Order: sequence, then C-alpha cells, then structure tokens
Amino acid sequence: MSVTVRIPSQLRELSGGAAEVSLEAGTVQSILKALDAAHPGLGARLFDDAGALRRFVNVFVAEEDIRFLDGVDTVIEDGQVVSIVPAVAGG
Amino acid sequence: MSTSTTCKATGLRCRECSHEYELAPIYTCEWCFGPLEVMYDYDAIKSSISRESIANGPDSIWRYAELLPSSRDAAVDLGAGFTPLVRADRLAAALGLGELWIKNDTLNPTNSFKDRVVAVALSRALEFGFKTVACASTGNLANSVAAHAAHAGLKSYVFVPSNLESGKIVTTAVYGGNVVAVEGNYDNVNKLCAELAGMYPWAFVNVNVRPYYAEGSKTLAYEVAEQLGWQTPDHVVVPMASGSLLTKIDKGFRELHKVGLLDDEPQVRVSGAQALGCSPIATAFLDGADAIKPVKPDTIAKSLAIGNPADGYFALDVVRSTGGGMAAVTDDEVVEAMLLLARTEGIFAETAGGVTIATLKRLAEQGVIKSNERVVAYVTGHGLKTLDAVVPVAKPTATIAPNIEAFHAAFNIEEN
Repeated sequence: MSVTVRIPSQLRELSGGAAEVSLEAGTVQSILKALDAAHPGLGARLFDDAGALRRFVNVFVAEEDIRFLDGVDTVIEDGQVVSIVPAVAGG
Repeated sequence: MSTSTTCKATGLRCRECSHEYELAPIYTCEWCFGPLEVMYDYDAIKSSISRESIANGPDSIWRYAELLPSSRDAAVDLGAGFTPLVRADRLAAALGLGELWIKNDTLNPTNSFKDRVVAVALSRALEFGFKTVACASTGNLANSVAAHAAHAGLKSYVFVPSNLESGKIVTTAVYGGNVVAVEGNYDNVNKLCAELAGMYPWAFVNVNVRPYYAEGSKTLAYEVAEQLGWQTPDHVVVPMASGSLLTKIDKGFRELHKVGLLDDEPQVRVSGAQALGCSPIATAFLDGADAIKPVKPDTIAKSLAIGNPADGYFALDVVRSTGGGMAAVTDDEVVEAMLLLARTEGIFAETAGGVTIATLKRLAEQGVIKSNERVVAYVTGHGLKTLDAVVPVAKPTATIAPNIEAFHAAFNIEEN
C-alpha cells in the first residue's frame, strides 16, 4: 500500500534530491506529516505555525486540487499520485 | 548576471515572509512558497531618471527601462506599449460619469497587454542565457510569447487549454514554435507547466521568470500618468485573472512618486473586474472574506478564466486599502458592454474588456465610482481575439439585392 508524492524542485534540497517519494496511503494530512518525519524540515515549509497548509502551497491528488476535494482530509488511495505545486500566476 | 548600468534591480524578495534572494530564474520562496518580487535601488533610479529622460526614450515600454528588471540594451522589442489613452466622453455620458479615459491596450504588437510582460520576461530570459521559452496561457500570452520568441530567435513551447477560441490557436501557431493543446482548463495547464518548469531548462514566462514578467505590467501605470501630464487618475478599473495586473498597476503609480516623477503622493482608488463564471477574487471581496476559494471557470471571458488566482490575496489587499470596489458580471453583461464600448467610442475589446466595462458600469450605478472622479478603464485585449462572443449580435443591418430599389425597400432614408 503506497502512494507517490511528487516533490517540487524548491523542496528537493530537503528530500535528498528526490523528485518522488513513496509513502503509506492515508489522508493528505497524514501523508504530508509522514513526509516531514522522513525528511525533517519539509513540514515547516508546507504548514504555517498554526498547523494550516500555507496559502501558496497547492496540493493535487490525481490531478485535482484538494480544495475541490476534502482539503487536507482528502483520502489518498493506493497507487494515487500526490503533487505539491507552488501557486503560479498566469494569463 | 546583468551589470548593465540601466538595470537597477537588486534582488528578489518574498511577498509573504520577506526572505531575500539574488536575481535568478526562481519564483517561489523556498521557506513559505510565497511569490517573489523584484527589488530595486530606488535611490539610484531617482538620481538618474527624469520626465525629460523618459520623454527622450523610445515610444514603447522601454522608455521606462530603469524601472524594469531588464536593461534596454538587451530588450526584445516588438514595440510593446505606449498605447493610446482615449478620452471617452460618449461612454461617460452613457454611464453617468464625468472624466473617463480608456487605456486602449488592444493596440499592442499582438493586440493585448501581454506584450508588455512578455517583452520584459524574454529580455530577462536572454540575459539569464535561456534558449527556449515557454508559457501556460489562456490565449493572449500564447500569442505574445510565440511572436516575441520568433522575433528573438528563441525556441518556444506554448501550452494552452484545448478548448480555447480557435482564433487564439491560429494567432499563436502562425508564429511557429510548439503549440501544445492540453485537455483541461487553464489551471490544469498551469499545474503541468509548474511541474515541467522543474524538469527542463526553459524560461517559463509565467512560472520561473514570473517575477520579471509581472513587472512589465507596471508600465500601464507609468504610461497613464505620463499621458495625463504626470498626474494620476482618481480611480482605475482593472480586469483580474490572477490579480497580478491590478497589483502591478497600483505598484507602478506608487513607484513614480518614490522616484520623484510625481509631485504628490498618488491616491488612486483601484477597482477590480471579474466575470461571474470565474470570480474567486470578487467573491471573496464581496463576501468580506480573507480566504480565496478556487473555482472551476465557466465564462466567455476565457482570458480571465483562472480559477486559482495566485495574486488574488494581494489584489484584495490593494482594492480594500485604496477604497476601490469589485464586481462579478454575467456573460450577457460582458457582451452588452463590448457593444457599448464599440458603439460609443469605436474601440473593439475582447471579452475581458467587456468584463472591465461592465464592471465600470456596475460600480458607477452603485456609486462606488463617482461622477467627480477622473477614471481610467484598462481595456487590455482586442475584440478580434474573441469574435465568437459577438457573432450572434453583430450582423449585417440588411442583406439586399444589388439594386437601388432593394436598398430603398430596406432603408427608409430621410436625411442625406
């Protein structure tokens, strides 16, 4: 039972250079906490002091923004891909 | 790194946590993921810039090169900027307003304001040594990146939603380069590009060189002030997609005072325009909310169809702190406003311009915009880009046989 978490280039210094990390399935919250446990320091980049996901951090599960799902409580199933993507503006 | 005497950019700073970085092709703070913004040596700019030095510059955005993060020597220049500021008395009368101006930015090289930001982004990309440029686009940016890349001899990859207006695909593909139609909406395209930007050594104009790109929008404030005789408007109305344009126009007016080009500190009320089918920023404003909830866009104003607006928080701050307003207007109002602008002022705007004018109308009716204010509405893209929106309502007045009788049968002409 595992899911793949894609690490953005900005955070790879903390993931030992890894672009993808495999973790146990669970919720977005539990997986990101597990990511922090595996790679100390990563959590502080993603969560603010109050424990909420920072407002410029976007998390996608199977290509869908978790704000359209159940937020950090979104359940991630075996084999799904979680992407952490910085907000970008456009036009 | 550029050490050109004309570039006064000194570094990048995070808008969220103020962490500072060197000038580099990066866009996100490593500490909090906040967006990075270019810093300048304003004292150096102040001592070298003047109204005269600007007047002696080219009739393009590059007359303000000292306030941009790229040197004029390296400029990729198709002639972006210095578009007309048109006095709009007939539209003002129709809306019950007083002094109204239209910043007609449809008259750029590829017919939208995106030429301003792309010129700056590609100039900086060349200075960084990139050979390939790319972007995620709702259409206007695609046109501009493809054209400027062709002009500069750069390779290009332009990513657009596959449901884009066919005209915007044609007006991108015509310049060569790679056009990638992605099966998804703009936010899907943007996410894909954010991931690709980490994999390829390309300058994604709205991703890894975005801090530089976004600065190009400031020229829309500089020009308006210069065209008004170095005075600022009382109120501006600006379309919002990501919210970046609105925040940069506000920044532009403030910078002019900071470097000594304006006598008085500007007091410009800034209002923002969105289409109801994609109005995450306007909804937060009208609800008095601090959080912006992303949406799935559904509007004819595709160039504003960004459901997850990265600069929305900063746009909210600007509009709230300057005492402006926001509106979310329906697609019917958008088309009506496109016709109103065309028929009162002879300016054909794309749907995004319809959003701006419909918002101007709404805010005038609500008394947010007052008849004693000097108002500038920013019309940022040409109507030929979104012909589909007006095809049903802009038709021949009559179709007749080629003879005088048929003409007289169709038209009862009393004057001559």
